Amino acid sequence: MWQVRWVLKPVVFAACLLPALHLGLGALNATGVLHFGGISLGADPVKVMLHTCGRWTLNFLMITLCMTPLKDLTHSVFWLRFRRMFGLFAFFYVLLHFSVYLLLDQSGKLGALWQDIVKRPYITIGMLGLLLLIPLALTSTAKSQRRLGRRWTQLHNLIYVIATLGVWHFWWQVKKDIREPLLYVGGLTLLLGYRLWKRRPRVSVARFARTDAS
Amino acid sequence: MRKTSRDLGLIVPSDITPYEQYLSRRTLIAGGLGLMAAQSIGGFAGKAFGQPPAALTYVHNAALSATEAPNSYADITTYNNYYEFGTDKADPAENSQKFRTSPWSVTIGGEAEVTGSFTLEDILKPHPLEERVYRLRCVEAWSMVVPWVGFPLGDLLKRFKPTSKAKFVEFKTLFDPKQMPGQRSAVLEWPYVEGLRIDEAMHPLTLVAVGLYGKVLPNQNGAPLRLIIPWKYGFKGIKAIVSIKFTERAPRTTWAGAASNEYGFFANVNPEVDHPRWSQASERHIGANAFGPRRPTLPFNGYAAQVASLYSGMDLRKYF
Repeated sequence: MWQVRWVLKPVVFAACLLPALHLGLGALNATGVLHFGGISLGADPVKVMLHTCGRWTLNFLMITLCMTPLKDLTHSVFWLRFRRMFGLFAFFYVLLHFSVYLLLDQSGKLGALWQDIVKRPYITIGMLGLLLLIPLALTSTAKSQRRLGRRWTQLHNLIYVIATLGVWHFWWQVKKDIREPLLYVGGLTLLLGYRLWKRRPRVSVARFARTDAS
Repeated sequence: MRKTSRDLGLIVPSDITPYEQYLSRRTLIAGGLGLMAAQSIGGFAGKAFGQPPAALTYVHNAALSATEAPNSYADITTYNNYYEFGTDKADPAENSQKFRTSPWSVTIGGEAEVTGSFTLEDILKPHPLEERVYRLRCVEAWSMVVPWVGFPLGDLLKRFKPTSKAKFVEFKTLFDPKQMPGQRSAVLEWPYVEGLRIDEAMHPLTLVAVGLYGKVLPNQNGAPLRLIIPWKYGFKGIKAIVSIKFTERAPRTTWAGAASNEYGFFANVNPEVDHPRWSQASERHIGANAFGPRRPTLPFNGYAAQVASLYSGMDLRKYF
């Protein structure tokens, strides 16, 4: 399977970087430093950068959560080879999201950041989601996975909490048009619902098994 | 002195305000040279905007204009909150190009001696136009500086001889889901309703805008006529007005009705009273210096000297 490692993965990796590249070029155009083929972030580039990074964080969280259902549906572990990469891209985009917020939107004022965290519930939960993602990113290596064993799975179950916090953070900050956050709520409900459904108690099966045995 | 300004309809694809050019054109007019200023004013964002809007005849009101440089024509016409044409800021510019502003009529009703339906021409005819550069502060904590062309709302309202019962004025936007795709979804209650207390409506700063950058108001900015109340958050500036009604009680306005804990009837710009979900203490200025630091928000958006007396004795935390 060298093709996956040396061809497919690098291609997917590059594709995951495209939104960041677009924002980077757009930001350079907005400052007037450079002019790249008509990429414009519009009249309020900071807001576009903030929201785009936020959206891609949620997108990558959702994509990461899709890998296990895809494995189950296709009976192939192929999908799991991409799970770590997608999870780390969620972390990458949330770091960008936070950096844009702190450095560009709030002009790097830590006092303003702290005020927001304390006073604004949607920022409190967003921040909590980011902090919870840090241990997951740090223990994403195969080595950590081996070392932590079962506790690794327990720790990484935090992804369900993080994804919920992220969607909630989005829901709480929109002014009125909740259609887009509603899409994420729907996606998350499906993905988490699938896990619950998988873990449903198989009462009837167990009973049949007992009957067979007796 | 009133002169005609006209341009040759050149489309300059520029994102930067040719402000010097704009100023020099104004100087030409003010200097009484009386020549048609053969310069294009705003930087059009591109072909998406179709024909350049027609030029207007007006005088510049320096006394009531902000001294800051206005935002570019492109910024002002591509970054709009106008939910009738979509909730994204880029939607109105895209979805309003075929909006028909002619024929247009405005219904005047309620507590006034003169009521009925008036054509846009009837409404506008007696009013000399002036240009005023106003600061615009959105409730979303961003701001712009905009050169509007219009006339004081008070001058219009007086023509209808409001009675002593007229304590408030209610305004409504056109309801036409065929033309306004945003109205096909229930994101807000349609039609959009806004209102002012009669003394706010009669205040000399309150403007009926029919133009922008010396030209006819683009559809995405609220054509054919809209309100500008520069000391209030932008959403008070109702667009595409079809109804004006004098009332005894405060009208139920759209945003206040949608979320009364977040948007008040008065909606005066106030750095002391935060939106429940974000701070109103500072704002990000749209445009050339997009990556610059946030600016502190001023009480009444910097118009406190002119309007603070309207609210003396009122608890502005309660009446936000």
